[in-house]
This record gives sequence, C-alpha cells and structure tokens, in this order.
Amino acid sequence: MTSERRAFAYAPAPESRALVDIKPSYGLFVGGEFVDPADGTSFKTISPSSEEVLAEVAEAGPADVDRAVRAARRAFTGPWGRMRAAERAKYVFRLARLIQERARELAVLETLDNGKPIRESRDVDVPTAAAHFFYHAGWADKLAYAGLGPDPKPIGVAGQVIPWNFPLLMLSWKIAPALAAGNTVVLKPAETTPLTALLFAELCQQADLPPGVVNIVTGAGATGQALVEHPDVDKVAFTGSTDVGKAIARAIAGTDKRVTLELGGKAANIVFDDAPIDQAVEGIVNGIFFNQGHVCCAGSRLLVQESVYDEVLDSLRRRLGTLRLGDPMDKNTDIGAINSLAQLQRIRELTDAGEADGAERWSPPCELPEQGFWFPPTVFTGVGQSSRIAQEEIFGPVLSVLTFRTPDEAVAKANNTPYGLSAGVWTEKGSRILWMASKLRAGVVWANTFNRFDPTSPFGGYKESGFGREGGRQGMAAYLRSTDA
Amino acid sequence: MTTAALPDVARDDATLRAFLHGLPGVDKVGAEARAATLATRSIKTTSKRWAIDMAISMIDLTTLEGADTAGKVRNLCAKARRPDPADASAPQVAAVCVYGDMVQTAVAALTGTGIQVAAVATAFPSGRASLAVKLADTKDAVAAGADEIDMVIDRGAFLSGRYLQVYDEIVAVKQACGPAHLKVILETGELATYDNVRRAAWLAMLAGGDFIKTSTGKINPAATAPVLLVMLEAVRDFRSTTGRVIGVKPAGGIRTSKDAIKQLVLVNETVGDEWLTPRLFRIGASTLLNDLLQQRQKLTTGHYSGPDYVTLD
Repeated sequence: MTSERRAFAYAPAPESRALVDIKPSYGLFVGGEFVDPADGTSFKTISPSSEEVLAEVAEAGPADVDRAVRAARRAFTGPWGRMRAAERAKYVFRLARLIQERARELAVLETLDNGKPIRESRDVDVPTAAAHFFYHAGWADKLAYAGLGPDPKPIGVAGQVIPWNFPLLMLSWKIAPALAAGNTVVLKPAETTPLTALLFAELCQQADLPPGVVNIVTGAGATGQALVEHPDVDKVAFTGSTDVGKAIARAIAGTDKRVTLELGGKAANIVFDDAPIDQAVEGIVNGIFFNQGHVCCAGSRLLVQESVYDEVLDSLRRRLGTLRLGDPMDKNTDIGAINSLAQLQRIRELTDAGEADGAERWSPPCELPEQGFWFPPTVFTGVGQSSRIAQEEIFGPVLSVLTFRTPDEAVAKANNTPYGLSAGVWTEKGSRILWMASKLRAGVVWANTFNRFDPTSPFGGYKESGFGREGGRQGMAAYLRSTDA
Repeated sequence: MTTAALPDVARDDATLRAFLHGLPGVDKVGAEARAATLATRSIKTTSKRWAIDMAISMIDLTTLEGADTAGKVRNLCAKARRPDPADASAPQVAAVCVYGDMVQTAVAALTGTGIQVAAVATAFPSGRASLAVKLADTKDAVAAGADEIDMVIDRGAFLSGRYLQVYDEIVAVKQACGPAHLKVILETGELATYDNVRRAAWLAMLAGGDFIKTSTGKINPAATAPVLLVMLEAVRDFRSTTGRVIGVKPAGGIRTSKDAIKQLVLVNETVGDEWLTPRLFRIGASTLLNDLLQQRQKLTTGHYSGPDYVTLD
C-alpha cells in the first residue's frame, strides 16, 4: 500500500469483466419468471468502486410482494409440498452444482456490485455459498434425524431479508436450509447489491425448479417491511442491523410467525501473551479487514494482553503496510471499496467520534482512488471501554485496540457489550481456550483462527446479536415444525 | 521482541533451551493458510518478467549426485554462465553448488565470472559423522576454493533436545569456513513441526550462520511455502532483535517458474523487497532454471517453445 516505487511491484492483474452479462434492467422474479413490478418503479444499482451505474432494478411494492407470496404459497401447497424428499434434494444439489459451474460469473458480478475484492468473492463467498447448498441438500431426505421427531414438517412460506455484505452467501444461508426442509421462499436482497440474487434466479430457471419455490423481490426497506408483515408469510428470517431486527420483532409480535434474527456484533479478538503471534496478527487482520470490515461477526475489538502489547501492535502495523487497497477486480487486491456512500459516512462519523473521545488513530500510508467509496484500514489505540468506537458496531475497516492483564479481565471486557455474536481467543494453551469458550457470551468462539465459516457449524448470536441459528442441525430447526409433541 | 541485543543465550544448555522454547509458537493451520493466500497472488506481464530474471539470478545451480563427474560439473558451470545460449540478456545464476571434491573443477570453470562456488560439507546430507570429520570436510572444500559452504545440522541432536551441541557444531564449522559464507541446512522435512523449524532457524542464526537453508534436497518434503514463511519470519525477527541480516535459501522441490515466483512473493510480503537480492535470497535448484528460461522465452516471443529449445546442462 506504500506509494513509493517498490522493486517488486505487481503489475495490474484484473479479472475479466466480460465473464458476466449484466442486463440494462431487471424485473422481479416471481412464479419462476421475471416480471415487471405492478407500479413500475425502479432504482439503480451502482458499482461502489467506480460509482458506475450497473443496472436498473425493479422496486417491489406491496402488490408485488403479495404476488410473490401467493406464488410461494401455490408452490408450497402444490408441486414442492407434494414432492418426495429425495426428489427435493436433487434440486438443491443441482443449485449447488450450478453455483460451482458458474462460479467465475457469480464472483465477478458480486465484486462489481458489492465492491469486495475478487480474491474474496472467488475464494470465499462463492465456494462457501455452493458448500451451503451441498450441505443442506443432504438434509432433505434425512429430516427424521434432525432431533425434531420422526417426521418434522416444513413451516410454509419463508420471507427472507438479507444484507449487502455477503449477498450471494447470505442468500445461500437462507434459501438452502429453507428449500431442503420443504419450504418455499420470497427473498429480498439488499438494495445496494441485488445482482447476484437475480443471477441466482436464472440458476433456478436453469435447474428447472418448480415455479414459485424461490421468488426474489428487489427493493429497499419498505419492500422488506411489506414482506415480513405479509399475513401469509409463516416464517421470517432476517440478517442485518439490530435496529431493523428490533423493528421486525415488534412488527410480528402477536402473530404466529416464526422468526430468526442475525444482527450486529462487536466481537472481541483476544490475544494472550502465549499466542502464536504471527498467526494472531493474521487473525486480527482477517478478523477486521476481511470484506472491508463489513462483517457482522468482525473482530472489531482487539483485546491484547499488556505484556505483548508492543510486539503485537508493531507486527500489526508492519503487516497493515503490506495490504493492497484498490480496484476490487484486481486479483491482488486485499481491501476493496466501501459498499455505499451511506456506509462510508457512518464509518467517518464513528471514527471522528473515536478521535473526539481521545483515542489515537493510525492508518498505513495509503492512496485512496478518487472515484468510488473508500476508507483506509484504520487502527485506534488507547481506546477506553466507554468510547463509542468500543461500543457501537462500525461495520467498516476500523479496529479498536484495548488491553487486559488477566484472563478474568479479558472475559469481563469481551462480554461488556450489548452484542454477543462471535469472539476469538489466541493462546497456545488448550485448557485456556476451553475455559474462555465457556465464559464468553458469544454464539461463535474461534480458537486460534477467525472468520471461518462452515455450513455444518451453527452460527448465531446472544443478546442484541439476535436469536436462532443458521447452519448445522440447529439451523435446520429454524425451518421445521417439530412432530415430537 | 525488543530491539536490545540478545544476552548470551548460548552460555549453557538450559539457557539456550529456555530461549528457543520461549519463542512464540507457530499455529500450523494459520501458517499454512497464510502461505496459501500469498500463493494466489497473480504475477503478470512486467512483474512476471522482472521476477523471472530475479529468480534466475538467485539460483544456486546444483548437482549433488554420486554419479557426478568433472565433465558434468563443467557443463553445469557453462550453463550457469550463459543459461540461454540464444539470448545473452538472460542473467547468470548466483552460484554453482557441488560436492567438495568437485570444487576445484567448478572454480576453474567459473574464475572471473562472479558466480560463486558453493560446496556441501559436514557429511552432507545426513550429517552423521564426528565433528572432526565434518570440520575436515569443510576445511577441504574451503581450501579447494569454495566461496560458500552449505552445512547440515545434526538433526538427531536437535530432535533429542541437545541444542547446545548443534549450536557448538555450527560455531565450529563457521570458524572452519574462514572467509567463506556459511549456509546452515535445517533439513526441515525431518524436523516435523513448524515450532521446530523456527527454533532451528534461530539456533542457526545465533550460532553465526550467514544463511539458513531449508533442505538438502534428499528428503521430502523440502522447501514448502509454509516452511519458507516461518523461516522468513525468523530472519525478520532476528534482524529486529539483533540488527543482523541473515539470508534464506529454499532448496528442493522447486521445479517451476510458478513455484519460484510464489517464493519471491513470500519474501516480498514477509521480510520486504530488501531481501530480493542474490546476496540475501537464493533458490537451490537444478531443473527450475530451464522452466524459468522457457517462461522467459515465452514472454519475449509470445509463444511456448519446448524442452528442446533450452539446453540440458
């Protein structure tokens, strides 16, 4: 990231944009086909690294959402609901294979629409999305072993609202278990990143998925609200901010809708003095700078034992000097663009507040491109537990460094947050890992690693990070009615 | 690690052991993941050209066979001087690496070229001989004109925890080298863990090695990316602790241009481009050179030639 001439400067290595055809405009995917919205409005989706308009996308109003829910209901009571589980599994396997077959296309589209580096969409987002479909496909004819009685039943029509940070991956976390369990879905992707969901709709057509099993309605908050409040939606699944999660919980209170919420986080990444330091530094970098910090389980609070503070911080600063920020389509880029202007402004506001609170701000020497939305990797030291940057979710490439002296203090500080989604522990001492895992109030505790995702492992939060789990046997429970009672 | 000079950590076995075991551990999964991520760097066009020539100039062109003859060594030296007969712009390699009895032949063939003659010594590759024999082996190669000595550590002593013995041997060999540069082969394929690789690297540097080298080439696995990563981290930390700059030489199993370029990326992003010079980074190889030359021809002409368009030796 240093701007001076280096002996071994990597020449540009851009992935080809021609791998994907972006249509000038997209309709809604309802009942197995693309349709125009009832009231004809649309919005633009742009590439955050260049601010170029990529496509016009339909904005679904309440009538469109109703049409999509009705299509989903027809599929649920019709072909999908009647289908044998082993047949249903074949469709989910087929979607998994199609994601693999069209992986490069999906990766390029994700990077263009989201701003994340192609290395991440190619090596993490798309392969993990395929893995979720493969894993859940295996569940379809084995639901009797989910621990929910001999013959658990699907819930019905699922209304699913997903965020912009991992558009295709969050889609797969939602759609794969829903379909495997026998539900039908109406999914609303985020308004800044609708394109991979719309390409996934084409995959559904290619897989000959019965019409209405998957419906995709694009739009902003109002569309999402219409979906979760629709009376014929049986199950709501949401990933996003805690504020919206609370609004959804209020909106569906008193109904018999089932709900899972995966909300914000302020994870502690805890480094003990006997940690493998080089790998811990990689874990810190991966914890907060992966996907520009747009990760709900990001390790945004580094808790480092005072006895290794200097060593860890020196190593971290040196490492950050090697991060390559720039064109997300370049295969050597480590840090891409911030997803939207609104998000960039929120990151700026919170980092300014951090400085005002007296924390010391540091970034490596770093040239930001002129076009697009960019924020340099940033480290705050001298952060008090009471500072806003230690308390609030920034959802950007900003790390707050705090210190501790004893394991008890580490646990107390790590848990002292309204959130509880994830945590990381770095130590070579196995017994301490187990002790910490039992004390930390977080849905996921990573030991000597961070931000690792696997479809077999349940993911979800404590406290204001939400409830319900996604992935694994526990994740299947969110889409099934128990026949035990 | 502070920047203050190290106290005399090799004053006795217990102190040396405490120091080596006090180095931060290496998490296997994390180290391998980091090496795998760096292996995805895409080196194209001008940077590929630069990397290929840099890699050629870093090669210790090696023949270490029982069947070696003076003729074979002379051929190798000719190849070292002029790797691509059809293209004088191809750089010459850094050194020719041979057994001790071939040093005179190599020296005679390379005088005045600037190409170093490196000799393996100390009962290479096993290191199973008395210290007296190892020192005689070393002195013999130096007397014959070797500029560099590639020694092996006593892995048996290392694995049984006799660190001071390993240390003392390296110190003695370094002394026997006189003006010759000493490369210390850790034979990482026999050390079993990355923690051991890090400890052996520090041991070799503390004892006065000028270079640390991964492998003899006679054992698999040899110069894997995570092993190289751990050794590069060790020279980086050793420099910040002592101020001394140590070279690194991966050897064994590096056959393709892609492998070599991945190693240069590891150097670039772990210790920095200060190490991207034959003075501080060498690649021990034999077949690698021809693959680099074919890639080089491809960049020049735009098409691949074939194995018959580069010379065997």
